[in-house]
Amino acid sequence: MMKLVIINYGAGNIKSIQFAFKRLGVNAILSNDPEEILNADKIIFPGVGEASTAMKMLVESGLDTLIPTLKQPVLGICLGMQLLCKSTEEGNTKGLGIFQTDVKRFPNDLKVPQMGWNVIKELKSNLFSGIKENEYMYLVHSYYAEHCNETISATDYGLNYASALKHKNFYGVQFHPEKSSLAGEQILKNFLEL
Amino acid sequence: MLTKRIIPCLDIKNGRTVKGVNFVDLRDAGDPVELAKQYADVGADELVFLDISATLEGRGTTLDMVLHVAEQVNIPFTVGGGISSVEHVDALLKCGADKVSINSSAVKRPELINELAEKFGSQCVVVAIDAKQIDGNWKVHLAGGSIPTDIDLFQWAKEVEYRGAGEILFTSMDHDGTKNGFANEALAKLSVELNIPIIASGGAGKVQHFIDTFKEGKADAALAASVFHFGEIPIPELKKELKAYNIEVRL
Repeated sequence: MMKLVIINYGAGNIKSIQFAFKRLGVNAILSNDPEEILNADKIIFPGVGEASTAMKMLVESGLDTLIPTLKQPVLGICLGMQLLCKSTEEGNTKGLGIFQTDVKRFPNDLKVPQMGWNVIKELKSNLFSGIKENEYMYLVHSYYAEHCNETISATDYGLNYASALKHKNFYGVQFHPEKSSLAGEQILKNFLEL
Repeated sequence: MLTKRIIPCLDIKNGRTVKGVNFVDLRDAGDPVELAKQYADVGADELVFLDISATLEGRGTTLDMVLHVAEQVNIPFTVGGGISSVEHVDALLKCGADKVSINSSAVKRPELINELAEKFGSQCVVVAIDAKQIDGNWKVHLAGGSIPTDIDLFQWAKEVEYRGAGEILFTSMDHDGTKNGFANEALAKLSVELNIPIIASGGAGKVQHFIDTFKEGKADAALAASVFHFGEIPIPELKKELKAYNIEVRL
């Protein structure tokens, strides 16, 4: 049986992710135990909340050094994805540097946070198998990742930004697949099948 | 492009939906989970649960309901009604609610907004504002609209944003229940003066009202109860109509 671990470092709303996998018939374990994380087949790196606080919690638990060494597929969701980037303007925070891009705040002429359903396009990974171009995903965020070579999906909100990233075994999505209806479920299913 | 959201609102008492829901093909119209799933299936973009339980015990049951909704529903949902402490919000979020909505408690103690935004992030803090016009001025009302205050709607909305709210749910008591359309003038003013999303509430009666509130009212989302619960406006048809009027919606 597949061992799926959701990294539990105090970030908010991991229950929803756990439930989403439960709907797919997979029991996701919440853990901050390095051994359990290292032994997982697949890892979810969640995150809701403020970047510098979240990074502080990662550092305190030593997970900041563990995460970059992971070899199995890792999926960062929302703030989880942003923390895998080089840096974020939120709280001037240095990220884990997996994705070679920076996270910026949306300009002030836009309503911030972007809240609601927007489309993902220019899909470039098997994470999106069975997902059509311009599929709707649920997003809630004030900061966005700039495009880079690792962009695997793009979204427009005032500007065009990277709504998903991939580097080797690391995947990151800005949207919330666990809250994005059937299309979101398909993406989680794809991740399990990577 | 970010789409406009359609949000059904369900009243919850002691863990069950109340205030009449008349849905076909529903085994138990009082079961919030079943109703929520049905709404998710027909294309609702989000759900709001308003807890009107009077007792602590009733609120406990609601917590249990939140857990079951989170377990089975794959779209975001907000829980509101009688929330006045960080601990209560923590419990709701731990049960899987995506956002909470606070109202009277924020007026009584505005620091609550800061505390929630700092602890849980702005994205999960919705501030609901009930207001009505008194001598031509929009005044905030408390306790489900029963207690008038001298607070100006627009000033309060700005303070709420400044303190860290992620979204405002504005209900016009002058329009609520009338089925004559939303308070578009006030909504447009909120939308222009503020930099966070605004949810329009109160007054939905027909499809045209939704078109108007998105176009004239510049609302980011529209919330309604009875027109959805009684099938007067089926959500798929509503969204098709909106799309025909060049309003971006998720189909």
